Amino acid sequence: MGKKSGFNLWAFFRATFVLSAFTFGGGYVIVPLMKKKFCDEYGWITEDETLELVAIGQSSPGAIAINASVLLGWRFKGLAGALVGALGTALPPLIILSVMFYIYDFVRSNTYVAAMLRGMQSGIAAVIIDAVWDMAKGYFKNPIKVPSIVVMAIAFCATWVFGINVAYIIIVAGAAGAVAAIATKNRKEGQL
Amino acid sequence: MIYLQLFLSFLYIGVFTIGGGYASLPLINQQIVIDNGWLTASEFTDLITISQITPGPIAINAATFVGTKVAGLPGALCATLGFMVPPFIIVTIFFFIYKKYSKVSVMQGIMSGLRPAVVALIAAAGLDILVTAFWGDGIAITLANLDLLSVVLTAAALAALKKFKVDQIIVIFGCGIVYALAEFVQRLV
Repeated sequence: MGKKSGFNLWAFFRATFVLSAFTFGGGYVIVPLMKKKFCDEYGWITEDETLELVAIGQSSPGAIAINASVLLGWRFKGLAGALVGALGTALPPLIILSVMFYIYDFVRSNTYVAAMLRGMQSGIAAVIIDAVWDMAKGYFKNPIKVPSIVVMAIAFCATWVFGINVAYIIIVAGAAGAVAAIATKNRKEGQL
Repeated sequence: MIYLQLFLSFLYIGVFTIGGGYASLPLINQQIVIDNGWLTASEFTDLITISQITPGPIAINAATFVGTKVAGLPGALCATLGFMVPPFIIVTIFFFIYKKYSKVSVMQGIMSGLRPAVVALIAAAGLDILVTAFWGDGIAITLANLDLLSVVLTAAALAALKKFKVDQIIVIFGCGIVYALAEFVQRLV
């Protein structure tokens, strides 16, 4: 930890490659890992900006993990960064699936592979809990952030309880934020 | 030409996969099983199983699997590239809009709405995984079915991350190795 330094394309490639190679369980799993790596460890980007880019990646078609890498790449180093991010994130599944295509029968029937994967779920869950804890903490410390907590609670229920497509959740949350911003602006102008 | 067909088919999937992950399954099924007959229904089920036990986005997994089966490694590359092109372009456009208007108050409002929503989505994904870790797939959630080893592992992993700042990848793999060892020991006894 704490090896904050300037941006480095090779380090970015290595990080996206490694994170992508170990991200079992869907797009959102990679987000806390990226946040830890690029905000906390490398200090290349703020947490707010990361969340904003992830939201953009989520509202675009395609895979969240790749979209997030491409967006971070653009943010860090323009087109070169975006291409490196896409490559780093796409290569591991490409390599693993090419191999898996031939050894699938062995892997599927192997008890120890199954046990290993089962155990890794615990590790992944812990990583996400740790990251969410860090991110949510900021909202609960500040009384001004109450609307954010409401958004968080509604978004959570919408996806976890009701299983609503995340694309809609993102659109509604963004629209609510826009309306709030316009209302605040009008109120301020009314006071002048 | 098969390479072009693969490329175009996954290009189409890339354009219309919104919401990520399993939302793309019906679309992939339509393209590769029903329309093109590249996979049988049971091979498609295998593909989903493989995707669950391997890292990476399901669409990339599908592109590689189908491409390899139909036309070897070049096929896998064409299909994967096809899937990646549309999102890359769209994300790039979004990035420049975001950059250009990031100082505008409405854009800042949108972003302040999105940030907590994203935290909530990540939390929900984490909770799903936690439930799978504690109870396994498709098993009734009762106290009796609770997998104690998973609970202990998760608590230990959390302590390693929070207290000792252990690297995340090491934590994830460590949990896997411990669980596999436990399985080994259990079989010996």
